[in-house]
Amino acid sequence: MSALAAEDVPRLPRGVKVRYDEVRSRHVLLAPERAFDIDEIAAAILELVDGHTSVAAIADVLAARFEAPRDVVCADVQAMLGDLAAKRVIER
Amino acid sequence: MNDLSPRATPAVPARPEPAPPIGLLAELTHRCPLRCPYCSNPLELDRRESELDTATWMRVLSEAAAIGVLHVHLSGGEPTARADLVDLTAHCARVGLYTNLITSGIGRADAMLDALSDAGLDHVQLSLQGAHAQTADRIGGYAGGHDKKLAFARRVVELGLPLTVNAVIHRGNIDEVADMIDLAVALKAKRLEIAHTQYYGWAFVNRAALMPTRAEVERSLAIVEAARQRLEGVLVIDLVIPDYYARFPKACTGGWGRRTLNVTPTGKVLPCHAAESIPGLEFWNVRDHALGDIWRQGPAFNAFRGTDWMQEPCRSCARKEMDFGGCRCQAMALLGDAAATDPACTLSPFHGRMEDRAAGEAAAEAPSYQYRAMGGGAAAGPGGAL
Repeated sequence: MSALAAEDVPRLPRGVKVRYDEVRSRHVLLAPERAFDIDEIAAAILELVDGHTSVAAIADVLAARFEAPRDVVCADVQAMLGDLAAKRVIER
Repeated sequence: MNDLSPRATPAVPARPEPAPPIGLLAELTHRCPLRCPYCSNPLELDRRESELDTATWMRVLSEAAAIGVLHVHLSGGEPTARADLVDLTAHCARVGLYTNLITSGIGRADAMLDALSDAGLDHVQLSLQGAHAQTADRIGGYAGGHDKKLAFARRVVELGLPLTVNAVIHRGNIDEVADMIDLAVALKAKRLEIAHTQYYGWAFVNRAALMPTRAEVERSLAIVEAARQRLEGVLVIDLVIPDYYARFPKACTGGWGRRTLNVTPTGKVLPCHAAESIPGLEFWNVRDHALGDIWRQGPAFNAFRGTDWMQEPCRSCARKEMDFGGCRCQAMALLGDAAATDPACTLSPFHGRMEDRAAGEAAAEAPSYQYRAMGGGAAAGPGGAL
Protein backbone atom coordinates (compact mmCIF):
# COMPACT_ATOMS: atom_id res chain seq x y z
CA MET A 1 0.00 0.00 0.00
CA SER A 2 1.91 3.02 -1.21
CA ALA A 3 1.21 6.50 0.11
CA LEU A 4 0.76 9.31 -2.38
CA ALA A 5 3.69 11.69 -2.87
CA ALA A 6 3.32 15.24 -1.59
CA GLU A 7 3.38 16.60 -5.13
CA ASP A 8 0.73 14.18 -6.47
CA VAL A 9 -2.55 15.77 -7.54
CA PRO A 10 -5.40 13.45 -6.61
CA ARG A 11 -8.83 13.50 -8.20
CA LEU A 12 -12.13 11.76 -7.73
CA PRO A 13 -12.90 10.00 -11.02
CA ARG A 14 -16.38 9.66 -12.42
CA GLY A 15 -18.33 7.13 -10.43
CA VAL A 16 -16.91 8.23 -7.09
CA LYS A 17 -18.73 10.79 -4.98
CA VAL A 18 -18.83 12.09 -1.48
CA ARG A 19 -22.24 12.94 -0.21
CA TYR A 20 -23.94 13.71 3.04
CA ASP A 21 -26.28 10.90 4.04
CA GLU A 22 -29.31 12.56 5.64
CA VAL A 23 -30.78 9.29 6.91
CA ARG A 24 -27.63 8.30 8.85
CA SER A 25 -26.37 11.83 9.54
CA ARG A 26 -22.85 11.26 8.26
CA HIS A 27 -20.72 11.56 5.15
CA VAL A 28 -20.35 8.59 2.81
CA LEU A 29 -17.96 7.96 -0.05
CA LEU A 30 -19.78 6.16 -2.84
CA ALA A 31 -17.87 4.13 -5.40
CA PRO A 32 -18.68 1.16 -7.65
CA GLU A 33 -20.11 -1.59 -5.43
CA ARG A 34 -18.67 0.12 -2.38
CA ALA A 35 -19.81 2.61 0.22
CA PHE A 36 -17.32 3.84 2.81
CA ASP A 37 -18.38 5.54 6.01
CA ILE A 38 -16.07 8.47 6.38
CA ASP A 39 -15.35 10.58 9.42
CA GLU A 40 -15.13 14.35 9.46
CA ILE A 41 -11.38 14.37 8.86
CA ALA A 42 -11.67 12.15 5.80
CA ALA A 43 -14.59 14.22 4.51
CA ALA A 44 -12.51 17.38 4.98
CA ILE A 45 -9.64 15.83 3.00
CA LEU A 46 -11.88 14.60 0.19
CA GLU A 47 -13.63 17.97 -0.03
CA LEU A 48 -10.28 19.41 -1.12
CA VAL A 49 -9.63 16.70 -3.72
CA ASP A 50 -10.53 18.54 -6.93
CA GLY A 51 -8.03 17.41 -9.56
CA HIS A 52 -6.05 20.65 -9.21
CA THR A 53 -4.84 20.78 -5.61
CA SER A 54 -1.74 18.78 -4.66
CA VAL A 55 -1.46 16.59 -1.58
CA ALA A 56 0.96 19.16 -0.08
CA ALA A 57 -1.49 22.00 -0.66
CA ILE A 58 -4.33 19.96 0.87
CA ALA A 59 -2.15 19.36 3.93
CA ASP A 60 -1.37 23.11 4.19
CA VAL A 61 -5.07 23.98 4.25
CA LEU A 62 -5.93 21.31 6.84
CA ALA A 63 -2.93 22.04 9.08
CA ALA A 64 -4.01 25.66 9.24
CA ARG A 65 -7.67 24.84 9.76
CA PHE A 66 -7.09 22.30 12.55
CA GLU A 67 -3.99 24.03 13.96
CA ALA A 68 -2.12 20.74 13.74
CA PRO A 69 1.56 20.00 12.92
CA ARG A 70 1.84 20.18 9.16
CA ASP A 71 4.16 17.13 8.83
CA VAL A 72 1.76 14.91 10.73
CA VAL A 73 -1.21 16.13 8.71
CA CYS A 74 0.63 15.63 5.44
CA ALA A 75 1.59 12.04 6.35
CA ASP A 76 -2.04 11.30 7.29
CA VAL A 77 -3.34 12.75 4.03
CA GLN A 78 -0.78 10.78 2.00
CA ALA A 79 -1.65 7.53 3.75
CA MET A 80 -5.41 7.95 3.51
CA LEU A 81 -5.38 8.94 -0.16
CA GLY A 82 -2.81 6.24 -0.94
CA ASP A 83 -5.15 3.66 0.53
CA LEU A 84 -8.03 4.92 -1.63
CA ALA A 85 -5.76 4.99 -4.71
CA ALA A 86 -4.80 1.33 -4.19
CA LYS A 87 -8.51 0.50 -4.07
CA ARG A 88 -8.86 2.42 -7.35
CA VAL A 89 -11.30 4.82 -5.72
CA ILE A 90 -9.22 7.95 -6.35
CA GLU A 91 -6.72 8.63 -9.12
CA ARG A 92 -3.58 10.69 -9.27
CA MET B 1 -33.75 7.25 15.81
CA ASN B 2 -37.22 7.44 17.33
CA ASP B 3 -37.27 11.18 16.67
CA LEU B 4 -37.61 10.33 13.01
CA SER B 5 -40.72 8.22 13.38
CA PRO B 6 -43.24 10.16 15.46
CA ARG B 7 -45.88 7.45 15.54
CA ALA B 8 -48.11 6.20 18.29
CA THR B 9 -46.45 3.51 20.39
CA PRO B 10 -47.89 0.12 19.49
CA ALA B 11 -49.61 -1.81 22.24
CA VAL B 12 -47.35 -4.83 21.86
CA PRO B 13 -43.61 -4.26 22.17
CA ALA B 14 -42.41 -3.98 18.58
CA ARG B 15 -39.29 -5.71 17.36
CA PRO B 16 -36.35 -3.31 17.14
CA GLU B 17 -36.41 -1.03 14.13
CA PRO B 18 -34.08 -2.46 11.45
CA ALA B 19 -31.18 -0.29 10.29
CA PRO B 20 -31.86 1.39 6.95
CA PRO B 21 -31.04 -0.61 3.80
CA ILE B 22 -28.00 0.43 1.78
CA GLY B 23 -28.68 -1.25 -1.56
CA LEU B 24 -31.62 -1.97 -3.83
CA LEU B 25 -31.53 -4.44 -6.69
CA ALA B 26 -34.10 -3.27 -9.23
CA GLU B 27 -34.94 -6.23 -11.45
CA LEU B 28 -36.60 -4.07 -14.07
CA THR B 29 -37.43 -6.92 -16.43
CA HIS B 30 -36.76 -10.60 -16.95
CA ARG B 31 -36.41 -10.12 -20.72
CA CYS B 32 -32.86 -10.80 -21.92
CA PRO B 33 -31.25 -11.70 -25.26
CA LEU B 34 -28.83 -14.09 -23.54
CA ARG B 35 -29.78 -17.56 -22.30
CA CYS B 36 -27.07 -18.23 -19.69
CA PRO B 37 -27.63 -21.58 -17.98
CA TYR B 38 -26.60 -20.10 -14.59
CA CYS B 39 -29.04 -17.18 -14.65
CA SER B 40 -30.09 -16.16 -11.15
CA ASN B 41 -33.62 -15.28 -12.27
CA PRO B 42 -36.37 -17.66 -11.18
CA LEU B 43 -37.40 -20.54 -13.47
CA GLU B 44 -40.80 -18.90 -13.80
CA LEU B 45 -39.88 -15.67 -15.60
CA ASP B 46 -42.15 -12.59 -15.41
CA ARG B 47 -43.60 -11.50 -18.74
CA ARG B 48 -43.53 -7.98 -20.16
CA GLU B 49 -47.30 -7.40 -19.62
CA SER B 50 -46.93 -7.88 -15.88
CA GLU B 51 -43.98 -5.47 -15.40
CA LEU B 52 -44.30 -2.34 -13.25
CA ASP B 53 -44.86 0.88 -15.19
CA THR B 54 -42.51 3.87 -15.25
CA ALA B 55 -44.41 5.95 -12.70
CA THR B 56 -44.42 3.13 -10.16
CA TRP B 57 -40.68 2.53 -10.55
CA MET B 58 -40.04 6.25 -10.05
CA ARG B 59 -42.07 6.25 -6.85
CA VAL B 60 -40.22 3.18 -5.59
CA LEU B 61 -36.84 4.77 -6.34
CA SER B 62 -37.84 7.98 -4.53
CA GLU B 63 -38.95 5.94 -1.54
CA ALA B 64 -35.69 4.00 -1.63
CA ALA B 65 -33.63 7.20 -1.42
CA ALA B 66 -35.82 8.48 1.42
CA ILE B 67 -35.31 5.36 3.57
CA GLY B 68 -31.53 5.40 3.18
CA VAL B 69 -30.68 3.34 0.10
CA LEU B 70 -27.37 4.54 -1.37
CA HIS B 71 -26.76 2.25 -4.35
CA VAL B 72 -29.35 1.17 -6.89
CA HIS B 73 -28.46 -1.73 -9.15
CA LEU B 74 -30.42 -1.46 -12.39
CA SER B 75 -30.66 -5.06 -13.39
CA GLY B 76 -32.84 -7.73 -14.93
CA GLY B 77 -32.85 -9.69 -17.18
CA GLU B 78 -31.31 -7.13 -19.45
CA PRO B 79 -32.34 -3.73 -18.06
CA THR B 80 -31.91 -1.92 -21.38
CA ALA B 81 -34.84 -3.99 -22.67
CA ARG B 82 -36.90 -1.36 -20.80
CA ALA B 83 -37.42 1.64 -23.10
CA ASP B 84 -37.76 3.92 -20.03
CA LEU B 85 -34.32 3.06 -18.57
CA VAL B 86 -32.87 6.49 -19.40
CA ASP B 87 -35.75 8.21 -17.58
CA LEU B 88 -35.38 5.91 -14.58
CA THR B 89 -31.63 6.57 -14.44
CA ALA B 90 -32.18 10.33 -14.58
CA HIS B 91 -34.72 9.97 -11.79
CA CYS B 92 -32.19 8.13 -9.61
CA ALA B 93 -29.68 10.93 -10.18
CA ARG B 94 -32.30 13.51 -9.19
CA VAL B 95 -33.08 11.82 -5.89
CA GLY B 96 -29.40 11.21 -5.06
CA LEU B 97 -29.13 7.48 -5.71
CA TYR B 98 -25.88 6.02 -7.02
CA THR B 99 -26.71 4.03 -10.16
CA ASN B 100 -25.05 0.81 -11.23
CA LEU B 101 -26.12 -0.64 -14.59
CA ILE B 102 -25.83 -4.43 -14.61
CA THR B 103 -25.91 -5.33 -18.28
CA SER B 104 -25.12 -7.96 -20.87
CA GLY B 105 -24.03 -5.18 -23.24
CA ILE B 106 -26.24 -6.75 -25.92
CA GLY B 107 -29.59 -5.81 -27.44
CA ARG B 108 -30.43 -2.15 -26.93
CA ALA B 109 -27.54 -1.58 -24.49
CA ASP B 110 -25.11 -0.10 -26.97
CA ALA B 111 -27.65 2.24 -28.56
CA MET B 112 -28.78 3.48 -25.14
CA LEU B 113 -25.38 3.90 -23.51
CA ASP B 114 -24.62 7.52 -24.43
CA ALA B 115 -28.05 8.66 -23.24
CA LEU B 116 -27.61 6.74 -19.99
CA SER B 117 -24.27 8.43 -19.45
CA ASP B 118 -25.84 11.85 -20.04
CA ALA B 119 -28.63 10.96 -17.62
CA GLY B 120 -26.04 10.62 -14.85
CA LEU B 121 -25.29 6.91 -14.77
CA ASP B 122 -22.48 6.29 -12.24
CA HIS B 123 -21.11 2.84 -13.05
CA VAL B 124 -21.41 -0.03 -15.52
CA GLN B 125 -21.07 -3.70 -14.70
CA LEU B 126 -20.75 -5.77 -17.84
CA SER B 127 -21.08 -9.55 -17.86
CA LEU B 128 -18.67 -11.66 -19.88
CA GLN B 129 -19.37 -15.37 -20.27
CA GLY B 130 -15.78 -16.27 -21.14
CA ALA B 131 -12.48 -14.72 -22.21
CA HIS B 132 -12.84 -15.95 -25.79
CA ALA B 133 -15.73 -15.61 -28.22
CA GLN B 134 -16.16 -19.31 -28.89
CA THR B 135 -16.56 -20.21 -25.21
CA ALA B 136 -18.54 -17.13 -24.30
CA ASP B 137 -21.08 -17.38 -27.11
CA ARG B 138 -21.73 -21.03 -26.41
CA ILE B 139 -22.40 -20.31 -22.73
CA GLY B 140 -24.57 -17.26 -23.39
CA GLY B 141 -26.42 -19.04 -26.18
CA TYR B 142 -26.03 -16.01 -28.47
CA ALA B 143 -23.81 -16.05 -31.56
CA GLY B 144 -21.69 -12.92 -31.94
CA GLY B 145 -22.47 -11.73 -28.43
CA HIS B 146 -18.90 -11.63 -27.12
CA ASP B 147 -17.65 -9.23 -29.79
CA LYS B 148 -20.60 -6.91 -29.17
CA LYS B 149 -19.73 -6.93 -25.48
CA LEU B 150 -16.14 -5.92 -26.16
CA ALA B 151 -17.30 -3.02 -28.35
CA PHE B 152 -19.72 -1.98 -25.60
CA ALA B 153 -16.95 -2.10 -22.98
CA ARG B 154 -14.75 0.17 -25.08
CA ARG B 155 -17.54 2.72 -25.41
CA VAL B 156 -18.12 2.66 -21.62
CA VAL B 157 -14.48 3.56 -21.05
CA GLU B 158 -14.49 6.19 -23.82
CA LEU B 159 -17.38 7.91 -22.05
CA GLY B 160 -15.31 8.05 -18.87
CA LEU B 161 -17.63 5.71 -16.99
CA PRO B 162 -16.04 3.27 -14.54
CA LEU B 163 -16.29 -0.30 -15.82
CA THR B 164 -16.55 -3.51 -13.85
CA VAL B 165 -16.36 -6.82 -15.65
CA ASN B 166 -18.38 -9.61 -14.07
CA ALA B 167 -17.48 -13.16 -14.97
CA VAL B 168 -19.49 -16.05 -13.58
CA ILE B 169 -17.11 -18.98 -13.30
CA HIS B 170 -17.97 -22.67 -13.76
CA ARG B 171 -16.51 -25.79 -15.31
CA GLY B 172 -17.13 -24.45 -18.82
CA ASN B 173 -14.82 -21.44 -18.42
CA ILE B 174 -12.75 -22.01 -15.28
CA ASP B 175 -9.66 -22.56 -17.46
CA GLU B 176 -10.04 -19.01 -18.77
CA VAL B 177 -9.69 -17.16 -15.45
CA ALA B 178 -6.17 -15.96 -16.22
CA ASP B 179 -7.24 -14.80 -19.70
CA MET B 180 -10.27 -13.09 -18.18
CA ILE B 181 -7.99 -11.08 -15.90
CA ASP B 182 -5.83 -10.05 -18.88
CA LEU B 183 -8.93 -9.13 -20.85
CA ALA B 184 -10.27 -6.96 -18.00
CA VAL B 185 -6.96 -5.09 -17.88
CA ALA B 186 -6.93 -4.68 -21.68
CA LEU B 187 -10.48 -3.29 -21.57
CA LYS B 188 -9.35 -0.80 -18.88
CA ALA B 189 -11.86 -2.10 -16.37
CA LYS B 190 -11.20 -0.93 -12.82
CA ARG B 191 -12.83 -3.91 -11.20
CA LEU B 192 -13.26 -7.55 -12.07
CA GLU B 193 -15.64 -9.85 -10.30
CA ILE B 194 -14.58 -13.46 -10.50
CA ALA B 195 -17.85 -14.89 -9.28
CA HIS B 196 -17.96 -18.63 -8.88
CA THR B 197 -21.45 -19.83 -9.71
CA GLN B 198 -23.98 -19.73 -6.92
CA TYR B 199 -26.48 -22.53 -7.37
CA TYR B 200 -29.93 -20.92 -7.42
CA GLY B 201 -32.53 -20.52 -10.15
CA TRP B 202 -31.26 -21.81 -13.47
CA ALA B 203 -27.84 -22.60 -12.01
CA PHE B 204 -29.41 -25.08 -9.58
CA VAL B 205 -31.11 -26.85 -12.49
CA ASN B 206 -27.80 -26.92 -14.39
CA ARG B 207 -25.56 -27.67 -11.43
CA ALA B 208 -24.07 -30.88 -12.80
CA ALA B 209 -23.23 -29.09 -16.05
CA LEU B 210 -21.55 -26.24 -14.17
CA MET B 211 -19.78 -27.72 -11.14
CA PRO B 212 -15.96 -27.60 -11.34
CA THR B 213 -13.65 -29.95 -9.45
CA ARG B 214 -11.97 -28.86 -6.24
CA ALA B 215 -8.59 -28.93 -7.98
CA GLU B 216 -9.89 -26.59 -10.71
CA VAL B 217 -11.33 -24.28 -8.07
CA GLU B 218 -8.09 -24.15 -6.10
CA ARG B 219 -6.09 -23.43 -9.23
CA SER B 220 -8.41 -20.56 -10.13
CA LEU B 221 -8.19 -19.09 -6.63
CA ALA B 222 -4.39 -19.16 -6.76
CA ILE B 223 -4.43 -17.35 -10.11
CA VAL B 224 -6.67 -14.65 -8.65
CA GLU B 225 -4.50 -14.26 -5.55
CA ALA B 226 -1.33 -13.82 -7.61
CA ALA B 227 -3.06 -11.35 -9.96
CA ARG B 228 -4.36 -9.28 -7.06
CA GLN B 229 -0.82 -8.63 -5.88
CA ARG B 230 0.57 -8.06 -9.37
CA LEU B 231 -2.23 -5.66 -10.32
CA GLU B 232 -2.60 -3.59 -7.15
CA GLY B 233 -3.63 -0.09 -8.16
CA VAL B 234 -4.52 -1.29 -11.68
CA LEU B 235 -7.38 -3.72 -11.24
CA VAL B 236 -9.38 -4.60 -8.14
CA ILE B 237 -10.47 -8.24 -8.24
CA ASP B 238 -13.43 -9.26 -6.12
CA LEU B 239 -13.90 -12.94 -5.63
CA VAL B 240 -17.09 -14.82 -4.91
CA ILE B 241 -15.97 -18.17 -3.60
CA PRO B 242 -17.70 -21.41 -4.61
CA ASP B 243 -19.58 -22.34 -1.48
CA TYR B 244 -19.97 -26.06 -2.19
CA TYR B 245 -16.23 -26.24 -1.47
CA ALA B 246 -16.15 -23.61 1.29
CA ARG B 247 -15.39 -24.00 5.01
CA PHE B 248 -17.85 -21.39 6.18
CA PRO B 249 -20.95 -20.10 4.41
CA LYS B 250 -21.24 -16.66 2.88
CA ALA B 251 -23.12 -14.01 4.83
CA CYS B 252 -25.75 -14.03 2.13
CA THR B 253 -26.78 -10.46 1.19
CA GLY B 254 -24.95 -9.37 4.36
CA GLY B 255 -27.65 -11.00 6.47
CA TRP B 256 -31.36 -11.38 5.76
CA GLY B 257 -33.15 -8.02 5.84
CA ARG B 258 -30.07 -6.21 7.08
CA ARG B 259 -28.64 -4.37 4.09
CA THR B 260 -30.44 -4.89 0.81
CA LEU B 261 -33.77 -5.38 -0.84
CA ASN B 262 -34.75 -6.64 -4.25
CA VAL B 263 -37.75 -5.51 -6.29
CA THR B 264 -38.92 -7.96 -8.98
CA PRO B 265 -40.26 -6.89 -12.40
CA THR B 266 -43.82 -7.23 -11.09
CA GLY B 267 -43.15 -5.28 -7.88
CA LYS B 268 -42.69 -7.98 -5.27
CA VAL B 269 -40.08 -6.99 -2.70
CA LEU B 270 -37.71 -9.78 -1.70
CA PRO B 271 -34.90 -9.95 0.86
CA CYS B 272 -32.77 -11.62 -1.84
CA HIS B 273 -33.29 -12.56 -5.46
CA ALA B 274 -33.93 -16.23 -4.72
CA ALA B 275 -36.25 -15.76 -1.74
CA GLU B 276 -39.33 -16.86 -3.68
CA SER B 277 -37.87 -20.37 -3.67
CA ILE B 278 -38.78 -20.58 0.03
CA PRO B 279 -42.39 -21.79 0.35
CA GLY B 280 -44.74 -20.01 2.71
CA LEU B 281 -43.08 -16.60 2.76
CA GLU B 282 -45.42 -13.65 2.25
CA PHE B 283 -43.93 -11.02 -0.06
CA TRP B 284 -45.48 -7.57 -0.09
CA ASN B 285 -45.72 -5.70 -3.38
CA VAL B 286 -44.83 -2.06 -4.04
CA ARG B 287 -48.24 -1.72 -5.73
CA ASP B 288 -49.85 -2.17 -2.30
CA HIS B 289 -47.30 -0.90 0.24
CA ALA B 290 -44.69 1.83 0.70
CA LEU B 291 -41.14 0.51 0.43
CA GLY B 292 -40.26 1.64 3.98
CA ASP B 293 -43.22 -0.28 5.41
CA ILE B 294 -42.18 -3.38 3.50
CA TRP B 295 -38.61 -3.08 4.81
CA ARG B 296 -39.72 -2.65 8.42
CA GLN B 297 -42.85 -4.78 8.61
CA GLY B 298 -42.98 -7.06 5.57
CA PRO B 299 -43.47 -10.63 6.82
CA ALA B 300 -40.80 -12.04 4.49
CA PHE B 301 -38.22 -9.56 5.78
CA ASN B 302 -38.93 -10.39 9.40
CA ALA B 303 -38.99 -14.16 8.82
CA PHE B 304 -35.20 -14.58 9.13
CA ARG B 305 -34.09 -11.18 10.40
CA GLY B 306 -31.71 -11.24 13.35
CA THR B 307 -30.78 -14.54 15.01
CA ASP B 308 -33.92 -15.64 16.89
CA TRP B 309 -34.98 -18.03 14.13
CA MET B 310 -31.74 -20.02 14.30
CA GLN B 311 -31.42 -23.69 15.19
CA GLU B 312 -28.28 -25.49 16.31
CA PRO B 313 -25.44 -25.42 15.40
CA CYS B 314 -26.02 -21.74 14.45
CA ARG B 315 -27.80 -20.72 17.64
CA SER B 316 -24.78 -21.17 19.91
CA CYS B 317 -22.15 -20.41 17.26
CA ALA B 318 -19.60 -17.64 17.74
CA ARG B 319 -19.92 -16.80 14.03
CA LYS B 320 -23.67 -16.29 14.01
CA GLU B 321 -23.39 -12.51 13.69
CA MET B 322 -20.70 -12.89 11.02
CA ASP B 323 -22.38 -15.16 8.49
CA PHE B 324 -25.95 -15.23 9.85
CA GLY B 325 -26.20 -18.96 9.26
CA GLY B 326 -25.36 -18.58 5.58
CA CYS B 327 -28.02 -18.69 2.92
CA ARG B 328 -31.67 -19.50 3.70
CA CYS B 329 -32.45 -20.33 0.08
CA GLN B 330 -29.58 -22.82 -0.10
CA ALA B 331 -30.71 -24.49 3.14
CA MET B 332 -34.17 -24.77 1.59
CA ALA B 333 -32.99 -26.07 -1.77
CA LEU B 334 -30.60 -28.67 -0.37
CA LEU B 335 -32.20 -29.67 2.92
CA GLY B 336 -35.85 -28.70 2.56
CA ASP B 337 -35.61 -26.52 5.71
CA ALA B 338 -35.03 -22.79 5.27
CA ALA B 339 -34.10 -22.39 8.95
CA ALA B 340 -31.34 -25.01 8.87
CA THR B 341 -27.65 -24.17 8.90
CA ASP B 342 -26.48 -23.61 5.33
CA PRO B 343 -24.76 -26.92 4.45
CA ALA B 344 -21.92 -24.86 2.95
CA CYS B 345 -20.77 -24.59 6.59
CA THR B 346 -18.41 -27.29 7.85
CA LEU B 347 -20.37 -27.21 11.12
CA SER B 348 -23.50 -28.42 9.33
CA PRO B 349 -24.00 -32.19 9.69
CA PHE B 350 -24.80 -32.25 5.95
CA HIS B 351 -21.63 -30.51 4.76
CA GLY B 352 -19.91 -33.76 3.84
CA ARG B 353 -22.81 -34.77 1.65
CA MET B 354 -22.69 -31.40 -0.10
CA GLU B 355 -18.99 -31.77 -0.84
CA ASP B 356 -19.51 -35.34 -2.05
CA ARG B 357 -22.33 -34.26 -4.34
CA ALA B 358 -20.20 -31.49 -5.82
CA ALA B 359 -17.23 -33.78 -6.31
CA GLY B 360 -19.43 -36.47 -7.89
CA GLU B 361 -21.05 -34.07 -10.33
CA ALA B 362 -17.73 -32.46 -11.23
CA ALA B 363 -16.13 -35.85 -11.91
CA ALA B 364 -18.94 -37.07 -14.17
CA GLU B 365 -19.28 -36.02 -17.78
CA ALA B 366 -21.10 -32.69 -18.02
CA PRO B 367 -24.72 -32.98 -19.21
CA SER B 368 -25.84 -30.43 -21.80
CA TYR B 369 -27.19 -27.08 -20.62
CA GLN B 370 -30.84 -26.36 -20.07
CA TYR B 371 -30.71 -22.84 -21.42
CA ARG B 372 -32.75 -20.10 -19.74
CA ALA B 373 -36.04 -19.48 -21.55
CA MET B 374 -39.42 -17.85 -20.96
CA GLY B 375 -41.91 -20.56 -20.06
CA GLY B 376 -39.11 -22.99 -20.77
CA GLY B 377 -40.33 -25.57 -18.33
CA ALA B 378 -36.89 -26.40 -16.97
CA ALA B 379 -36.79 -29.14 -14.41
CA ALA B 380 -34.21 -29.77 -11.73
CA GLY B 381 -32.00 -32.71 -12.54
CA PRO B 382 -32.32 -35.91 -10.55
CA GLY B 383 -31.28 -35.37 -6.94
CA GLY B 384 -30.64 -31.63 -6.82
CA ALA B 385 -31.25 -31.75 -3.06
CA LEU B 386 -29.01 -33.64 -0.63
